[in-house]
Amino acid sequence: MGIVEPVASAGTSPNNAGIRLDGLSKSFRSPDGPVHAVRGIDVAIERGETVALLGPNGAGKSTTIDMLLGLLPPDGGAVSLFGRTPRQAVDAGLVGAMLQTGALIQYLSVRELLTMVAAIYPAPLGVDEVLEQTSLEAIAGRRTQKLSGGETQRVRFALAIVSNPDLLVLDEPTVAMDVESRHEFWNSMRAFAARGKTVVFATHYLEEADQNADRVVLMAHGRIVADGPPTEIKARVGSRTIRATLSDATPSELAALAGVASADRHGEAVVLVCSDSDQAIRALLERFPAARDIEIAGAGLEDAFLALTADPDAEAPNPAIAP
Amino acid sequence: MNNLVYIRYEMLRAFRNRRFFFFSLGFPLLFYFVIAAPQRHVQNFAGSHISLPLYYMVGLTSFGTMVAMISTGTRIASERQLGWTRQLRITPLSTRAYFRAKLITAYMMSGLTIVLLALAGSSLGVSLAAGHWIAMVGLILIALLPFAALGIMLGHLINVDSIGPATGGGASLLAFLGGTWFPLGSHGFLYQLGQVLPSYWLVQAAHTGLTGHGWPARGWIVIGVWAAVLSLGALYAFRRDTQRV
Repeated sequence: MGIVEPVASAGTSPNNAGIRLDGLSKSFRSPDGPVHAVRGIDVAIERGETVALLGPNGAGKSTTIDMLLGLLPPDGGAVSLFGRTPRQAVDAGLVGAMLQTGALIQYLSVRELLTMVAAIYPAPLGVDEVLEQTSLEAIAGRRTQKLSGGETQRVRFALAIVSNPDLLVLDEPTVAMDVESRHEFWNSMRAFAARGKTVVFATHYLEEADQNADRVVLMAHGRIVADGPPTEIKARVGSRTIRATLSDATPSELAALAGVASADRHGEAVVLVCSDSDQAIRALLERFPAARDIEIAGAGLEDAFLALTADPDAEAPNPAIAP
Repeated sequence: MNNLVYIRYEMLRAFRNRRFFFFSLGFPLLFYFVIAAPQRHVQNFAGSHISLPLYYMVGLTSFGTMVAMISTGTRIASERQLGWTRQLRITPLSTRAYFRAKLITAYMMSGLTIVLLALAGSSLGVSLAAGHWIAMVGLILIALLPFAALGIMLGHLINVDSIGPATGGGASLLAFLGGTWFPLGSHGFLYQLGQVLPSYWLVQAAHTGLTGHGWPARGWIVIGVWAAVLSLGALYAFRRDTQRV
């Protein structure tokens, strides 16, 4: 198990230190050569913050979280959790986590499983209290193999908070949930965060990040491409694209138009990713009145991420980036 | 942390899965009565100077307990597949506590097999001095250590798809070569091979039941070396097994 030295941050006593990721990087070998899953990221999170790690699949979110938790040794850089190494923080019972993949062990009831896991920790919450907070009382006596996907996720959340951790880490927690379960889930999460807890969650849903985080760290291609309050990130990635048929304009001319973030050409078709589509459409028609077949659409999150990345390797993005 | 609570639920989990008891309990008991009941009056079985009911009581106890010990591997392989092992790695549960819970659970299952086969043996006329019983059970428990480590090692090395054949085949082969089904005699290839196998010395605990004498030095060495080597193997397998399965 890779243990990294804590980063000595001058003037910060270990008790007040939050979460620090410094120059973190990780590559994996693959049959097609090395895959750079995380390419040097720096994040500092204060105690009590709720931070969303937002990005499309393959952005490096899960790899970052695995390194944050000490499950994966970084190739470069260091992780510090409250002034400790991940292993020290985990051993002290400061960390609770819900990993992206993971099912529940069988032949125990929900209550028994929670009791068993609580027994591992030095100062856990009461099992009844956790059952109530996660709305699991009704199924507390049910065997784990008889739960639905959404119920299983709620039990996994309960397991993550039963230790009463200072840091709660959730990796795409709502994947198997329906709309109502999601709603309930985030309510439970916010109630837990309100106790002054630090929460880091990964998601590829912009709305989840927007509604549940104080701050959004946007990742793509293993890098951080934006870091700020949800409203700011939403404005940036909630962009629109303009598609048009236009033969006599170069991508660089188009990209220079007001309101256009980036431009691309496929034969006669051009695609403009806009920071302000109202401004962009006016500028486009003014400069290139011959543009026709115009469509304006809300960009998919994935497209918006790609447009924002301005990645030097973007000509040949590696589709096989590990989760 | 409260180790006892953790171990209690670890055991509860194992004991609720009745499938595991078929090979470690039902199967040996059934075979014991099938083989030994018709021949319960054979006093010197195949020149071993041991009565047939005693020989097979220990033989089938060794088979059932070996299976119980190695079945830890099946549970571990399935826990790994569920992602549970990774989940445990982000708790303060120490490697030592993890192994201890697995070991105690496996020994509790073996203990049940020992008790039931002892009762079955008594019903077919096996009668030993109390001190001999204690010495014999003590040696069986010691001889099971290598199998406990083997189960943990296999569980962390082999995926859930192939763990069944690996543990079942391994236990059957070791039982066969150790003399569970018939005595290996006192010379020849099988006898020579048996001398270096932990399953042979497990079965040889029967002699202790009769005479009160423990193993010769060779038995202690064989069991000790296997236990040490397989424990290191189990630790190595556990440490390298950090990947998402």
